[in-house]
Amino acid sequence: MRWMRVLVAVLACGMAPAYADVRGEVALEGRLFTQSPLDDRQQEGNLSLSGEVEYYTTWDDGRQSFTFKPFGRLDQHDDERTHIDLREAVWIFHDDGFEFRAGVNKVFWGVTEVYHLVDIINQTDVLENPDGEQKLGQPMLKVSLERDWGTLDVFFMPLFRERRYPSVDGRPRTQPRIEHDLTEYENDREEYYPDVAVRWSRYLGDWDVGVAYFHGTGREPTLVPGIDDGELVLIPRYEIIHQASIDLQGAVGDWLWKFEALHRKGQGPSFSAFTGGFEYTFYGLWEGASDLGVLAEVMWDERGDEATTPFNRDLFLGLRWVANDVDGTEVLTGVVSDWNNGSRFFNLEASRRFGNDWKLGVQARLWSHVDAEDPTYSLRQDDYVEVKLTRYF
Amino acid sequence: MKVRPLLLALSLTTALALPALADEAADKGLEIAQEADRRDTGYHDFKAELTMLLRNKQGEESLRHMRTNSLEVDDDGDKTMIIFDQPRDVQGTALLTFSHKVEPDDQWLYLPALKRVKRISSRNKSGPFMGSEFAYEDLASQEVEKYTYRFIKDDELDGEAMFLLERDPVDENSGYTRQLVWIDKAEYRPMKIEFYDRKNSLLKTLMFKGYQQYLDQYWRAREMFMENHQTGKSTLLTWKQYDFRVGLEDSDFTTNSLKRAK
Repeated sequence: MRWMRVLVAVLACGMAPAYADVRGEVALEGRLFTQSPLDDRQQEGNLSLSGEVEYYTTWDDGRQSFTFKPFGRLDQHDDERTHIDLREAVWIFHDDGFEFRAGVNKVFWGVTEVYHLVDIINQTDVLENPDGEQKLGQPMLKVSLERDWGTLDVFFMPLFRERRYPSVDGRPRTQPRIEHDLTEYENDREEYYPDVAVRWSRYLGDWDVGVAYFHGTGREPTLVPGIDDGELVLIPRYEIIHQASIDLQGAVGDWLWKFEALHRKGQGPSFSAFTGGFEYTFYGLWEGASDLGVLAEVMWDERGDEATTPFNRDLFLGLRWVANDVDGTEVLTGVVSDWNNGSRFFNLEASRRFGNDWKLGVQARLWSHVDAEDPTYSLRQDDYVEVKLTRYF
Repeated sequence: MKVRPLLLALSLTTALALPALADEAADKGLEIAQEADRRDTGYHDFKAELTMLLRNKQGEESLRHMRTNSLEVDDDGDKTMIIFDQPRDVQGTALLTFSHKVEPDDQWLYLPALKRVKRISSRNKSGPFMGSEFAYEDLASQEVEKYTYRFIKDDELDGEAMFLLERDPVDENSGYTRQLVWIDKAEYRPMKIEFYDRKNSLLKTLMFKGYQQYLDQYWRAREMFMENHQTGKSTLLTWKQYDFRVGLEDSDFTTNSLKRAK
């Protein structure tokens, strides 16, 4: 118990907060689906309200801090999307090249724009947005060492978070729907199987490199057909996996180069996958202040159409326009095409600030020429436009 | 630094047409820049808070608030971290820069919503910083090696004696062909800079106001007012609080420390 006494002593050191801050945001979101749903229990439109508050305090000359960040959403039609999550509740201690974190935290690994292949620490909150960028908070202990040879992060994660899926009324969603209540695990310890992960990273001139290893419950389930109340459903099944990955990004002149690759064992036959590409930016377009980036990324998965991801034989081509104006206007648009089966996915994301505290965002997603073999086949009628107004405080 | 009192003593206000004197003008310009740099070396580190008041032609205003940490690096450019507080949608966003004397800077941007650290291209020197009239290169660490110099003449500004220098950016990606810099003779502080765009037209004027001295040596302007003559927009940058030698180290300027920034 000696470490407990050390911990108490460390925590007590200058307990009076030197700095504390509360911030947050509330967002109203409307989605309009432009085609009739495949399942008549689904809706043509949806309204939703979400909010997030963050309390942050730091003491001990900034060496220690605590962040508490709950999130919640109220959804008009989807009971599953009406959800709350503790995004963060983490205590951080750091001192000269050493960092310790304990609690619920969020960690991002990766460099590419479209598909976040190697990012595995946090479970994806697919209810929030199909883009895979929203994450559930992950309980963990994390130690980081920063040395001349790079940064070493070691993670211990005692509890697994299941992916949650849209309810019968939810949209966009798979057909048949995924029934979370029937979730299966490969290991008898289910969500209590502890995960471990290690990541080494460093920068070398223009390049950043990261090498990681993960062992534990895979975040991405295999979906197996099953029956729920006489209805055909998909059942998520979580396997114990080993995954080694590498990520690389470089800024060379006007080029940003990005590459991610992994090898995974334990989820069916072992396989490799990679994604990578570039973003080339034309600065000061037409002698003005705005920048135009041209993006291209390849996504490849050894499993092909058997993959648990739609990004298995795909090419992304996109444009990013950044106005560099007072309102922070930005537009990102592009298309992901599967070169095996011709399925296409179009995406547009635009945002702009109003005044100091408001932001308007627009997203449009549509699926076309979707092949029956493609994992996105059940989304073929789910094209939608989303408008989101956020107030920050 | 090599001081050449003979050259310094020369008055070059006239007859600049002679090539020999042009070299002397370059030498004298460089010496003034080196002296200004020498006087501003050795503070080790500082923290500061700043606001930017952006005003457009119609008089509409917009406010930015940020904090900056800076660390001197021997024989290289500074390491700096800028943490944004306002506008609210970018709160917690942080920019880490390892500036270099001649090579392009290394830059990382931390996006708090995704917890993502992105390497960004530092080629975009001439782009506006946060929609303001300051370009990235205006705010970057001002290393002597980033320009070539030419002494133009002795001048006066608000009754104070000045050196007037021209400095030309070495980097071809700079948004400027040249800058005219007024440096006061008493303390070697920049008081006014005129920026000429790639077509050599006057683009912007920067005025430094309210200099205060820290640690009995280092002068910092409280206000920097940038006016864009071509668009009618302006930005008033106000430094709220300077704390020198607060004990910042290399470990406070890493991608891990970016993720801790709030």
